[in-house]
Amino acid sequence: MNIDWAALGQVFGVSLLATVGLVGVFTLGIVTNSPRTGGAGPTTLARTGAYACYALCLAAVAYGIYLIAA
Amino acid sequence: MEHITLLIGIVIVTALVFDFTNGFHDTANAMATTISTGALAPRAAVAMSAVLNLLGAFLSVEVAKTISSGIIDEGSGIKPEVIFAGLVGAIIWNLLTWLAGLPSSSSHALMGGLLGATVAAVGTGAVNGDVVVMKVLIPALAAPLVAGIASVCATRVTYRLARNADEGQTAKGYRAGQITSAALVSLAHGTNDAQKTMGVITLALVTGGALAPGANPPVWVITSAGMAIALGTYLGGWRIIRTMGKGITDIQPPQGFAAQTSAAATILASSHIGFSLSTTHVCSGAVMGSGLGRKGSVVRWGTAGRMVVGWALTLPAAGLVAAGAALLAEQGDWGVAAVAVITLAICGAIWLRSRRTPVDHTNVNEVEPATEAAMPAPSPEREPAAEPEPAGVVTTAVRAVYPPPAPAGVGAGSATSAAARPDAGEQLPGEPPAAAPSRPASAGSIS
Repeated sequence: MNIDWAALGQVFGVSLLATVGLVGVFTLGIVTNSPRTGGAGPTTLARTGAYACYALCLAAVAYGIYLIAA
Repeated sequence: MEHITLLIGIVIVTALVFDFTNGFHDTANAMATTISTGALAPRAAVAMSAVLNLLGAFLSVEVAKTISSGIIDEGSGIKPEVIFAGLVGAIIWNLLTWLAGLPSSSSHALMGGLLGATVAAVGTGAVNGDVVVMKVLIPALAAPLVAGIASVCATRVTYRLARNADEGQTAKGYRAGQITSAALVSLAHGTNDAQKTMGVITLALVTGGALAPGANPPVWVITSAGMAIALGTYLGGWRIIRTMGKGITDIQPPQGFAAQTSAAATILASSHIGFSLSTTHVCSGAVMGSGLGRKGSVVRWGTAGRMVVGWALTLPAAGLVAAGAALLAEQGDWGVAAVAVITLAICGAIWLRSRRTPVDHTNVNEVEPATEAAMPAPSPEREPAAEPEPAGVVTTAVRAVYPPPAPAGVGAGSATSAAARPDAGEQLPGEPPAAAPSRPASAGSIS
């Protein structure tokens, strides 16, 4: 019996980090890009930040597709 | 040669049918949360998933070298009959779990089927016990935990970050994110699961001498496998979608996004690192996690428990069915024909049964009470179909899998089952004695 704990641990770590990271970044993008309750619309700076977040997520998706295809 | 060609043809058709049920079964993994949060309309969701499954089938040329992931020793003369019987076991179990609305792993069904068929045909010597533990048991325990924990954390994070934001404003963003994650899951599914079928067909062709060993699958194999899985996905296992999307927990857009992203990340990480986890287990775990992560959200542990029972049963049940089918198919041409006819009859009976309480794109998002009331009906119908010996297992399984009949459902349930009995009675309990009179185990083929 040879359970590959290292691989399992790696899967766990990578999944957790990737999920929390991506969800966090994407949520930041959504939040900064949407007007606060009762407030004005997002500033240019906020908007740029939001697009940076989206770009990061897009890159992650592209990497995901690369992983599937590879 | 003529005989081999016909048998190989049957194996190929059966493999494609399995591929179809696989797509059908696993639509829920990618699209259940997307449909239940309303990110996509049901029809649009399954259409998108189908297209991506088809694309996925063509995306990678790295074909699964071992169709059973090393569980059985494929070198020791695995015959087309055995592959056929294994596929039959997997198909029947897939359809039964679909009827019950249970998301269960199609890969486990296939592994279980091949395992059972091999044990029946060759003996236990050809089974690698270690690999069963390593490839089936550990991943089955780990998958929902890994995806679930990731999903809990992600749900917490996203609710925390968006706590001051306007819900109406963020919902659109969440939808886009969720659709993207679901698309990745669909694509990965098409690549992984269509390849399993390609592997089976290629193996059958190699066994029959139509293809050199080690050859890549011909284009028609790739195309037909992709088409079968896409068609299955498009028709959509609405029952399973309902269980996944509405049955486990009520999913809000942020939860759906967190769950789907965790599923996509876990699937990709696991297949890339080489510790493959079942898509179904990952997605179910992710949905449960998203339910745990939101304050005030309720996870229906009864439904989750039934799913886990279904997972535990998948391997042995598909194996039993396949073992029965293998014993019968080994008898020669008439045996193979009998297995084919019985399989068709069982599939027809399951389909007829499903028409009594249809679930489709129109009522897929109806809430649990409707499901609960509709569910008790199948159990009285299925129990008489089981033969004495496995009845203990089957009845326990059915009891565990179905909720106890709700008071309102009893009258309607017994009325429909009484009406259902004549036709079900002819098709189901009739065949096991004819199938393999000496082996009660083959009665498992209906359970």
